[in-house]
Amino acid sequence: MPDAKNPSPITHHPSRIPYFPGCALKDQAEAFEESARAAMAALGYELAELPRWNCCGTVYSLATDDLMRHLGPVRNLVRVQELGETRLVTLCAMCYNTLARSSRFVGADPERLERINAFMDEEADYRGGVEVLHLLQLLRDEVGFEEIEAKVKKPLAGVRVAPYYGCMLLRPREVGIDAPDSPEVLEALFSALGAEPLDFPQKAECCGAYQTVSDPEIVRERVREIVSAARRAGAELIATSCPLCQFNLETHQSVAHHPSPITVVYFTQLLALALGVPEDKLGFAGLKFDPRPLLSERELV
Amino acid sequence: MPEIMDRIREANRAVTTGIDDSAVKHWVTVYIMGKAYRVPADITIMQAMEYAGYRFVRGAGCRAGFCGACATVYRTAGDWRLKTALACQTRVEDGMYLVQIPFTPAEKPAYAIEEEPADGTPLLKYFPELARCVACNTCTKACPQDLEVMDYIQAALRGDLEAITELSFDCIQCGLCAMRCPAEITHYHVAQLARRLYGRSLPVPKHVEERVREIESGVYAEEFERILSLGREEIEELYKKEQREKGGLKSRDASRVTRNG
Repeated sequence: MPDAKNPSPITHHPSRIPYFPGCALKDQAEAFEESARAAMAALGYELAELPRWNCCGTVYSLATDDLMRHLGPVRNLVRVQELGETRLVTLCAMCYNTLARSSRFVGADPERLERINAFMDEEADYRGGVEVLHLLQLLRDEVGFEEIEAKVKKPLAGVRVAPYYGCMLLRPREVGIDAPDSPEVLEALFSALGAEPLDFPQKAECCGAYQTVSDPEIVRERVREIVSAARRAGAELIATSCPLCQFNLETHQSVAHHPSPITVVYFTQLLALALGVPEDKLGFAGLKFDPRPLLSERELV
Repeated sequence: MPEIMDRIREANRAVTTGIDDSAVKHWVTVYIMGKAYRVPADITIMQAMEYAGYRFVRGAGCRAGFCGACATVYRTAGDWRLKTALACQTRVEDGMYLVQIPFTPAEKPAYAIEEEPADGTPLLKYFPELARCVACNTCTKACPQDLEVMDYIQAALRGDLEAITELSFDCIQCGLCAMRCPAEITHYHVAQLARRLYGRSLPVPKHVEERVREIESGVYAEEFERILSLGREEIEELYKKEQREKGGLKSRDASRVTRNG
């Protein structure tokens, strides 16, 4: 039985941080989770899976009077509180966005929080104050890129990566982990890993997100623009932090526009590779476009 | 069917219609569908309804907390909560308002389990409404088996068949979760599909393979034929004899082990 009944005991050690995986990372995007946990272990951190977590809510509800939509996110924050912890780290950009905004939504108005607590009368009251972090914030603000650089075992020398942020890490501003129009946290990370990060104008544009279900043509247009811009900038790889962006950029990348597709990886796969994590924990085999031929040319795998 | 229900009711006579009112010291008042009835304290909701004159044709089954047929919703005096229970397992309280939910309407999707992939993908295929779960936990609060129903629905969203199987194993399919769910999910059908898929994902145990081989080779054929040729009374006698040999049937209540307390 996994974490529901026997959560791994979380001790209050600064390098052991409650971690929210989200549904996609247990299903479509397992490579994201596996590579992230292995990379963090190499940096001396443990991502301790939150006991009894539930779906983040998937999309942050914009209906301000529909408190029901905030039960899911807030219940996860209650789980963090139960551990006596004050931080929750996420990998999926969508989960980060939903949890961080919901946390602010209830924090900003005691009346909302009171009503939610009254509804969830089987739980301890959420008192507010749990900080929702994206892993990139932890890497930048706590681990530090200098420290990461010092721990690199396989510098990604000459690998040209286009960092693709999409929307959820940057907007709206109050939960953005970096400057909404000119973010640089991924660039700084890839520089620390020895790779060559490339700037391209579409790096913070929307991939089309859930339109992939109802109107995939919109997504195909968006993906064509994003991938073409990355290619023009000279990218060999695109790196992202969102399972939906990753899915869209892979699935809707048309070979009609260009004979050789660009591989779309999770940033944690490159981080883990550079930190010397064994190849079988990098999850490259699960990607639609295998980056290993390119990486083996550079003698990295 | 009614004949069988009457037989079961007869067996319960001692604690319902056969009560000698002059022997009852403590009485409570319960409101069954709004009408007040004075009933002996310490009997179950189901017995109280029969005492009041109701006759169960549906909505009652094993009377032992296992079959899930007697879902009840009620409120107690001075408490705003809408409570749920199995009528056969819950004692009446003074001032209780109650009604039986004899059936939960829910479509059972048809699937050929052998043709489905042994992973989580069929769950959202047959029950797309799963994605409407807002984690309100109302299902868990409604469960008379004290299962973490919401947790297994959440596990279903991420295709974790093992977690659903473990968390839903004691489900008796009473349907109260589905009646209370604002997302209109039919939890117990989801869990049943998940357990079947999980079973399919596991290797067939050796002892099962062996028994199937025995059955197919006709080891039990003669004994089956003999039992099938017996009349009702002969079968009942045979059952009692077997139980005595096993040391069972010590008392009528031996099978009345409850799960909730």
